[in-house]
Amino acid sequence: MRLLDRISRRPWIWSWFAAFLAWFATIVTGGASTLGLSQAALTFAAFSIIVGIGQMFVITLGPGNIDLSVPSTMTLAGTVALKLMDVDNAMILPGLMIAVLIGIAVGVFNYALIKALRIPPIIATLSMSFIIQSAAIWTNRGLRIKPPSVLADFTTATTLGVPNVSLVALVISVCAWFLLEKTIYGRWISAIGQSMPAARMAGIPVDGTRFVTYLFCAVLAALAGYLLACFSGGAALNMGTEYLLMSIAVVVLGGTAVAGGDSNVPGIWGASLFMFLVVSMLNTYGLGAGIRLIMTGLIIISVIMLAGGRQPGAR
Amino acid sequence: MRRTLSADAMRLAIPALSLTILLAAVFWLQPRAMSYVGLNLLFNLAVPIALATIAQMLIMSVNDLDLSMGTFVSFVACVTATFLREAPLVGMLILFGVVVVYAGLGVVIHLRNLPSIVVSLGMSFVWAGLAVLLLPAPGGQAPDWVRALMTMKPPVAPMAIVASILIAIVAHFVVMRSSLGVLIRGVGGNQRSVERAGWSVVGARAAAYGLAGVFAVLAGVALVGLTTSADANIALRYTLLSIAGVILGGGEFIGGRVSPIGAVIGALTLTLAGSFLSFLRISPDWQIGAQGAILIIVLALRLLLNRLEKREKRR
Repeated sequence: MRLLDRISRRPWIWSWFAAFLAWFATIVTGGASTLGLSQAALTFAAFSIIVGIGQMFVITLGPGNIDLSVPSTMTLAGTVALKLMDVDNAMILPGLMIAVLIGIAVGVFNYALIKALRIPPIIATLSMSFIIQSAAIWTNRGLRIKPPSVLADFTTATTLGVPNVSLVALVISVCAWFLLEKTIYGRWISAIGQSMPAARMAGIPVDGTRFVTYLFCAVLAALAGYLLACFSGGAALNMGTEYLLMSIAVVVLGGTAVAGGDSNVPGIWGASLFMFLVVSMLNTYGLGAGIRLIMTGLIIISVIMLAGGRQPGAR
Repeated sequence: MRRTLSADAMRLAIPALSLTILLAAVFWLQPRAMSYVGLNLLFNLAVPIALATIAQMLIMSVNDLDLSMGTFVSFVACVTATFLREAPLVGMLILFGVVVVYAGLGVVIHLRNLPSIVVSLGMSFVWAGLAVLLLPAPGGQAPDWVRALMTMKPPVAPMAIVASILIAIVAHFVVMRSSLGVLIRGVGGNQRSVERAGWSVVGARAAAYGLAGVFAVLAGVALVGLTTSADANIALRYTLLSIAGVILGGGEFIGGRVSPIGAVIGALTLTLAGSFLSFLRISPDWQIGAQGAILIIVLALRLLLNRLEKREKRR
């Protein structure tokens, strides 16, 4: 009984529970194949997990901290990397490097704007996203370059029945969990999220920590863009769009406090799986796009109403 | 002279200055724009953006943020182009109903202490779904009276300018001069002290959300009047544009520090930025990016002026 009580206190358990319900409902009532559905869910959730983890770190920094440049960073990294690799298998590593470099550049610019010009993070990353989006349009020019064959195979294949991209997401999640729970850096970002003045008084290098966090978020977004472009057989200019709201939604549904200072990695997994499974559940019932969107929205609101109301003064 | 400048006036000076500079630059590049028709073309699309910005500003004045503005305006546009034309009474009822929903959201957010970002994120899916249900493909037609209103040719100044000034004046009186406006901004400034003074904070928040709903509905109707038809994605940009407009106009994310006149000026500046860039013959690839750059420059200017002001005070 005490165990049950302790588990139900964990904020992430709810998103896992919801994901399981949606999974169960799809298979039992919708008649989907167990293996196929699970693999698809793991594959598509992997991208939101990678982006969501970056966004979670930023949101942990406290109210007003949200990275809106995530979708355009994904698009730019995907486009430029595919262009550089140019279907050549030998160029996979340089392609990955350039994607990461783009992420680093975006992170540096984002934080430079926030710090030097004292622009609120939402507006700073928004302005940056306009510029990055333009850069992506400029480099893309409507061309659709295929990914190198090895990489395309890797991202679409499975290892022991588990999709490779979700393994990548798992490795990143473990690293993120370690950073957050076991290192001083993780303690620092939580402290900053709870109270920036207090963190500064306590001698925490606030600027350095925030800088690294924005950098980390942008690099993860770039990585997700790189993988997504290879997975879907080419970069498209709108490929990041849905990840703007998705990245925020999975963080919040996963039980991370929107007011900052409290985050958790397992919740991101539950929420990402849940978001995909809900859509596929409604799909198997044969509902149209309109109903599906409305249901998704109502589910987000009801989850937050059930789980919310614990942070006074939150936005 | 400088002493007599109040903080509020200072807050307005920078947005007004940026708009003037941008306008001067446009006239210098293209003298023919300096006419009745030219001005109307330049600012035509500013009217719905200004209305949406005022709506966002009302939400921001109680320390919340509305991420569903774009999808909501799109939804209203769809209602206007379908129901409001064919069955005006039903259309009116729907629009009245959604304003009530907005006020209700304010109540729920306050009572359950929910993060507005997440609730509006969920609502954005709901509005998008409803819009897709109404108009699965672009279509519909603007009601004749809306079309007539938006294409009216008043003497002296074009409709776009007259409407913007009217919006600014109305919003100024509601937000800055009425006791309700003071109460709303008070909630943003210090919720607890408003509560202690015996006011109903729930009521204030509901009023702020309801008013925001009214302005957002007007934005959707005005937009259809200009475009003559609607589609479910017509105004998705408005979420980010409205936030940027409020900030450009001297508003802040927290503390109830907002300026309605500034918000309208901010919306005009954003609209003008687009035209300015096409006059500069910047490649269309970079237009969105240059809009981001203008946003950054204006905010940098604001920081500079604020610093100068502070130095002045210290002496």
